[in-house]
Amino acid sequence: MIRNLWNDLNGTFFPESALDYMPVDRLREVQLQRLKAVTALVYDHVPLIRERMTAKGVQAADVRRLEDVRLLPFTSKLDLRDTYPYGLFAVPMSEVVRLHASSGTTGKPIVVGYTTEDMEVWRQVIMRTLYAAGYGRGDVVQNMFGYGLFTGGLGLHGGLEAMGATVIPMSGGHSERQILVMKDFGVTAVCCTPSYFVHLLEVAGRLGVDFKRDLKVRRGVFGAEPWTEQMRQYIEITSGIKAYDIYGLSEIVGPGVASECLCQSGLHVFEDHFLIEIVDPANLAPVPDGVEGELVITTLSKQAIPLIRYRTRDLTAIETRPCACGRTLRRIRRISRRSDDMFIIRGVNVYPSQIETALLKTEANLPHYQIVLTRRSGLDQMEVRVEVTGEMLRDRLSEMEDLQQRLAHSIEQITGLHTEVTLVQPGTIPRSEGKAQRLLDKRNEGK
Amino acid sequence: MKIHQISVFLENRPGRLAGLCQTLAEAGVNLSTLTLAETGGFGLLRLITAEPDKTKEVIERAGYAATTTEVVALQVPDRPGGLASVLRVLEPHGLSVEYMYAFAMRKGGDAVMVFRFDNMDRALTVLQAAGINVFKPVELFGA
Repeated sequence: MIRNLWNDLNGTFFPESALDYMPVDRLREVQLQRLKAVTALVYDHVPLIRERMTAKGVQAADVRRLEDVRLLPFTSKLDLRDTYPYGLFAVPMSEVVRLHASSGTTGKPIVVGYTTEDMEVWRQVIMRTLYAAGYGRGDVVQNMFGYGLFTGGLGLHGGLEAMGATVIPMSGGHSERQILVMKDFGVTAVCCTPSYFVHLLEVAGRLGVDFKRDLKVRRGVFGAEPWTEQMRQYIEITSGIKAYDIYGLSEIVGPGVASECLCQSGLHVFEDHFLIEIVDPANLAPVPDGVEGELVITTLSKQAIPLIRYRTRDLTAIETRPCACGRTLRRIRRISRRSDDMFIIRGVNVYPSQIETALLKTEANLPHYQIVLTRRSGLDQMEVRVEVTGEMLRDRLSEMEDLQQRLAHSIEQITGLHTEVTLVQPGTIPRSEGKAQRLLDKRNEGK
Repeated sequence: MKIHQISVFLENRPGRLAGLCQTLAEAGVNLSTLTLAETGGFGLLRLITAEPDKTKEVIERAGYAATTTEVVALQVPDRPGGLASVLRVLEPHGLSVEYMYAFAMRKGGDAVMVFRFDNMDRALTVLQAAGINVFKPVELFGA
C-alpha cells in the first residue's frame, strides 16, 4: 500500500495521488458527506433542480445513504441549453473566476464556470491523471489540446504546471510545426485527441521524421473523443510511445474525471469528486457492475455549477476486479462509443467505432475515414470514405478495387450493412484539430 | 535495365489532374511521359521522369499518395507489326503485359514504349536474349 504511493517510474512521492489509494470505507464516507452537501447546494441555489426535487417530493435531507442519489432527478445537456448561459450556476458571478464553453454540435454552446476552489480541485484531478500515466517533473509536455473555450487545453495546462512539468502550450493545428517543436524542444510527453495524434504520425512520416528514432516522446494522454483499443495499439506500435486514455467532459469539469494508470485496463474515476452510476439508457434503471450502460455522474465538490445525476450519454461499464496498481478508485471501461454517436440506418444501430474496427481488420494502419449518410429515393445509404495512403497504394487498378471490396466486406461483416467504400486522396477528408468528425449525416439535406 | 515509374492515386474529379501537374510544374519536374488508368471513382496516374526519387518526394510532400514501380523502356520498330514483333518474343514464355504506354520522344527513328510485365525479371532476360533494345535511364534522360 505505501509502496503504491510512490510513483513506480521515477521514485517520486506524489501526495496528490495518495487519495487514489484511500481505504474504500473512508472513500464512501467522503462521498456521502459531499453528496449531502452538493444536494443542499443545488436545492438552495438552483431553481430548476429545486422545482424538480419538489415535484418528486424529495428534499435535500432525504439523502441519507449513497444509494439515495437515485431519489434525485437527472440532469441533461438539454437542461444546460435551456438555461443558457448561467441558469444552473449555484454561486453569484462574483465567485466565478473562469468560464469555459462546450461546442454544441447544434445550436448554442453550453457554458460552465469555476470558482477559485473549483480551479484548485481541477488542478488536483489533472495532476492525479498525469501521475497515474507516469508523467512527472522533468517531463517536457507538448499540450496540443485546444486552448480557449474548450476545457482540454487549459485544463491539462493547469495540472501540468502545478505538477512541475515543463508545458509547451501548443494548442491544436500547424501540424508541421508541432513535429518541429516535438523534435527541437526534446518533448518527452504529449496530450491531444487520439485522432489528431494519428494525423501527426502521418505528417511526421511525410516530413521524414521517425517517431522512434528522432523523437524523445515516450508517453501520451489521449481523450476528448471515443477511441478503440485497436487504435491504441496502432498508436503504440507506430510511434513507440505508451498511450493512456483519459476521460472527462466540460459539463462535469473537463479532463480529469477518470484516467488510466500504467496498467491500461480501464479508467480510474476520481470518486472523491465524482459519484458514478451506470444506468440502462432506455429506462434509466441502475444496471449491475460489469454491465454496459450510460454513465451518470454527480459532481461532489463543484461549487460554481454542481450537477446532480448528469447523463453523459457515454456508454461504459464498471470494472468489477480490483486494479493491479492498488488504487481503490473504481474503474470504468474505455468509452469507445457514445449513445449520441450511434446512428440508425435502415433499422440497424451503428456506432462509428464499429467502422473503425472494420477498417483496422483490413488495414493495419488506420486510414483517415469519414462516414457519410445520405438518402436516395427514401432509402438511407451509408458511404465510408477512406483516404488512400502511400502504404495502401498499389500500381494496379485491380488491386485497388480489391482493397475497396475488402474494406466494404469487412464493414458489412461487422455492421451487417451493405456499404459503399469510396477511396479518396490523402488530406481530402477535413481534419479537425480537436475532436474528429467521423460522421457526416446528410440525410435531411435537400429532399 | 529497369526504370522507376511513379504511380499517383487520383480521384476522378475535376481539377485533380491539373492540381498535380501544377505541383510538378512548380517543382520544375519535367514529365517524360505519362498515362492515366482509371476506373469508376479513381485513377492511377503513372509518370516517368528523369528523377523519380525527387518526383515522388515532391508529390508526397504535396499530400498525394504515390508508389514506385519498376518498368522497362523498350525500342519498338516504327513500322506496321513493330509492336507485334516485340510481343511475340514474350508469348512462348507465358509472360504477359500488365500495361504499356508510349514515350513522346523517339530513338533512332523508332518508338520508345514503357512496359510493365507480370514477371519483370524474366521478361528482361527474354527480351535481351531476343536482341530487343532495353533503354538505360541515361539513354532516355541524358546524364
